[in-house]
Amino acid sequence: MMFAADLFKPFEFEFFRNGVIVATLAGALCGVVGCYVVLRNMSYIGHGLSHAIFGGYAVAGLIGINLFLGAGAWGVITALAIGGIVRRRPIGSDAAIGVVTTASFALGLALVQLYGSPGQNADALLFGNVLGVTFADVWLIVAVSIGAALFIGFGYRQLLFTTFDIEVAKATGVRTGLVDGLLMVLLSATVLATMNVMGVTLIAANLVVPAVVARMLTDSFGRMLGYAGLIGAVSGFVGMNASYHLDVASGPTIVLTAATFFILAFVAGGSLRRRAATVGHAH
Amino acid sequence: MISQRGAASTVIAANNVTVSYGAEPVLIDVDFDIADGEMIGIVGPSGSGKSTLIKVLLGSVPVRSGKVDRRPGLAVGLVPQVEHIDWSFPVTVAECVGMARARGLRTPWITKAERVEIHSVLDRLGLNGLANRHIRDLSGGQQQRVFLARALFTKAEVIFLDEPTSGLDVKTRHEVLHLLDELNRQGLTIVLTTHDLNGIAAHLPKIVCLNTRVIGAGAPEDVLVPDVLERTYGSPMHILEHGGMRVVVDSPLFLVDDISSASA
Repeated sequence: MMFAADLFKPFEFEFFRNGVIVATLAGALCGVVGCYVVLRNMSYIGHGLSHAIFGGYAVAGLIGINLFLGAGAWGVITALAIGGIVRRRPIGSDAAIGVVTTASFALGLALVQLYGSPGQNADALLFGNVLGVTFADVWLIVAVSIGAALFIGFGYRQLLFTTFDIEVAKATGVRTGLVDGLLMVLLSATVLATMNVMGVTLIAANLVVPAVVARMLTDSFGRMLGYAGLIGAVSGFVGMNASYHLDVASGPTIVLTAATFFILAFVAGGSLRRRAATVGHAH
Repeated sequence: MISQRGAASTVIAANNVTVSYGAEPVLIDVDFDIADGEMIGIVGPSGSGKSTLIKVLLGSVPVRSGKVDRRPGLAVGLVPQVEHIDWSFPVTVAECVGMARARGLRTPWITKAERVEIHSVLDRLGLNGLANRHIRDLSGGQQQRVFLARALFTKAEVIFLDEPTSGLDVKTRHEVLHLLDELNRQGLTIVLTTHDLNGIAAHLPKIVCLNTRVIGAGAPEDVLVPDVLERTYGSPMHILEHGGMRVVVDSPLFLVDDISSASA
């Protein structure tokens, strides 16, 4: 009884309730968006974009515009620039991500050193801070999640076709440039909305780990999206609670929870998939 | 000029098309017409522009000069080279076929009516019972047919196949060729590229020999001749008659000379 009371105690605090909502939604959102990132072999982009957005945050502070809007716009421009470079020059996406995002991060660091941090949230952006999660952050993640659900819902087949087979998708009339551009916008919005909880340094794990775990559990794209969203949401919820009870930062506990799923899937995934395949073939 | 739908109507026409990826042209002054119901093979050495020509006809590569006309509303499909498929991608046969109907507003899930259609296409291609299998867990011939099913699911009137028999064994290659012939007899227009002059090209009603330019076009007996083949492949070739069939072989003298000089 006492144990249960201890478990529910942090829910008495508004900051914790906000943190749990944001972490759970962020986990589901990153899990789903991460599937497209992982299957396009762009796992590094989450890490890179979060760093790039730090550059946008510094620039926005310097020119005196809203920090989150400025950082978000910077993230979108960076993501589109990466896509544009990959399409126009014979270099891989990993190299383009490496060049553009590290340059942006370096610009942010230089500007913060020269002119100071534009707000009190620079550390929170770098390392995540559940105490700093406000009601506005809850609305931001809810809005981005609704946008993601609409985009992925209505554009599901275009996204899948473009991710799996971009040449054929383009040849048969899918507007692959538009699909890619909108996915990059969604990815930037996801990184921006998640950054307060996860921090720049650990956000990539939220995008990659649930998707990788889901891939190990299924050979169906539809099920992979569902599993990744669920694993991300559970990791966010459990990780946030663990963060409070263990008195450890939320970013690391969320990532470690997701990593536990990875280990479980690695050990048990083969037999689960064989069983699922047997059931699938039987039908 | 695109003619009206009807007898021998042209569905796609490329006129004096030149394409380049940079300074070097990949295609020069290419004329290429596809008539409704035709089955055409494009042959040529590696780097001769075969895949680029398909992309030009599909409209996914811009031309530097010339013009490509397609009949308005023409539905086209493309079957890619199997070597270009990511076989580790998590997609079942049904998902792979279903993704093709992607234009316009669609439900994310495959509707009941679409499921019936998918099963009908899979049955037609001999893939019944495989809808829930992962595409990697199929034989080479079945994998090729899944991508053909995907193109058919778009209700394509013209299907382009890029090296459809590459990497397949002789028996499977024959199966794929017979299937394409059957689909063509049912009214589907088919354009394919191939390296296989004897196993595939010689059996097609029309062949186009390409090496940046169109070297020759017509029936196999008119095109698979030493002069056209040498100009296409840059190497002497001979035609042998075997059991009433024409067989293309590399020049034996060229090979003997080559081996002798190498061992000297």
